[in-house]
Amino acid sequence: MATRHQKSLARFMVAPSVLLLLGWMIVPLAMTLWFSFQSYNLLSPGMEQFIGWTNYKYFLSDPAFWTAMQNTLLIVGGVLLITVAGGVVLALLLDQPIMGQGIVRILMIAPFFIMPTVSALVWKNMFMNPVNGLFAWMAKAVGAQPIDFLAQYPLMSIILIVAWQWLPFATLILLTALQSLDSEQMEAAEMDGAGAWAKFTHLVLPHLSRAITVVILIETIFLLSVFAEILVTTNGGPGYQSTNLTYLVFSQALLQFDVGGASAGGIIAVILANIVAIFLMRMIGKTLE
Amino acid sequence: MARRVSDRRRWFFTVLAWLVALLIFFPILWTILTSFKSEADAIASPPKFLFFDWTTENFAEVQARSSYLRHFMNSVIISIGSTLLGLLIAIPSAWSMAFQPGKRTKDLLMWMLSTKMMPAAGVLIPMYLIFRSWGLLDTRLGITIVLMLINLPIIIWMLYTYFREIPSEILEAARMDGASLRNEIVHVLTPMAVPGIASTMLLNVILAWNEAFWTLNLTTSKAAPLTTFIASYSSPEGLFYAKLSAASTMAIAPILILGWFSQKQLVRGLTFGAVK
Repeated sequence: MATRHQKSLARFMVAPSVLLLLGWMIVPLAMTLWFSFQSYNLLSPGMEQFIGWTNYKYFLSDPAFWTAMQNTLLIVGGVLLITVAGGVVLALLLDQPIMGQGIVRILMIAPFFIMPTVSALVWKNMFMNPVNGLFAWMAKAVGAQPIDFLAQYPLMSIILIVAWQWLPFATLILLTALQSLDSEQMEAAEMDGAGAWAKFTHLVLPHLSRAITVVILIETIFLLSVFAEILVTTNGGPGYQSTNLTYLVFSQALLQFDVGGASAGGIIAVILANIVAIFLMRMIGKTLE
Repeated sequence: MARRVSDRRRWFFTVLAWLVALLIFFPILWTILTSFKSEADAIASPPKFLFFDWTTENFAEVQARSSYLRHFMNSVIISIGSTLLGLLIAIPSAWSMAFQPGKRTKDLLMWMLSTKMMPAAGVLIPMYLIFRSWGLLDTRLGITIVLMLINLPIIIWMLYTYFREIPSEILEAARMDGASLRNEIVHVLTPMAVPGIASTMLLNVILAWNEAFWTLNLTTSKAAPLTTFIASYSSPEGLFYAKLSAASTMAIAPILILGWFSQKQLVRGLTFGAVK
């Protein structure tokens, strides 16, 4: 059916988006790669020179890098764990016959629409603040010592804030998947005397696997580059305790003006993301067949 | 007897679900409530939940201090602009991939999505330098283009998913019936494509509205949208809970309402139709 004419028209229609994305991918990446081999500081313009692998050596031997790497993975892993497990539980709950389900759903989905800078500020000041925060008040009300969350457990606090934002997303996706579960199959399982746990592990969970894959893919894309939450709450501190790769590169480039070092860090971040991407793309490729 | 049990079950799950929902929503509710308090009531201990002197002066003060309206307009222009620009490029592309799929279409789509995996931090410096030398720093045009580029893969995927569900038999049937190309587009294709385009648009406005990495790094004052405006409240000297809450409420209200309207499309759109 497709004539040669139609085919070339199709190519012509795809071309702009392909060229734009190609440019968006290659130009900055090539520049970053180039800078990563240069000694380049924004404070001393005109002093740029080729220095080989020095930036990489410097960046890789910096303990801050390994901390940031670890934190990046902890944020992605921690938030995924909380949101997927919590999402399954909440989806199962919402799938029950509930009065006012529409409103319940609206209340639960809301955090997903809150901009990260707002949610970070609200959590930091109105909940986690050790003097005026609600958590401090609750601790005092039961006679306990208030915890300074962002100073004592900075990474955990950030994971909690980010998980709060993404839990609704996981819940909504999993709920949608759950509602397409064949009720006849469930009834048949019940007839055969399957208990609640057996039904969950043998019917519900396999049915949800596709949705869980999608949740993991989408969330990982966004979680690898968590930024605003860190900038607004802890500035990566204390020390490097809550710095992830994105934040480390940002601070190296725009706070310390070390373009060369930051570029090396950027390239390492790209490589890390690509390793994750290959793995994820395989997964999603299978899911979407 | 059976009915009794199911009634009890219903009540149990209703109460539980409402409790959990209110718990999750509480930070937002608390922010909105605090925005109507005086500063003294905002930090009162024990906290005042509903019984305080309601006031709207915080909103006026936020606007007076840092021109909420200008940032709001920037957010509107940037998020709608980048979405429209993205649609302009993505519609033909998604359209032809959905209706004229080649051997490599699937790979092409995968590649497009993979550009979304590129960490922003990796390309921040070049973008910053390019922007600086082209005079695009802190301009609406510059940030609109960047947001368009980072959301383009998602736009294409969503549109592709929607378009693929339009059965091509309908097109052929219309052609058989002698519909002209113009009629075909106006009366057959458009009505079927518009809902998908509308949801894509809605979701991308939300994504662009909340995007923080690029807006924080490439804008300072003139083109700064609400994400940047809110971040300016993070400095310790600006720490007034009621005003912070008012600013936050004003920043999230428009997009929260839009999000609630589009929650059904959200699932389909953001999961590329893999979950129904």
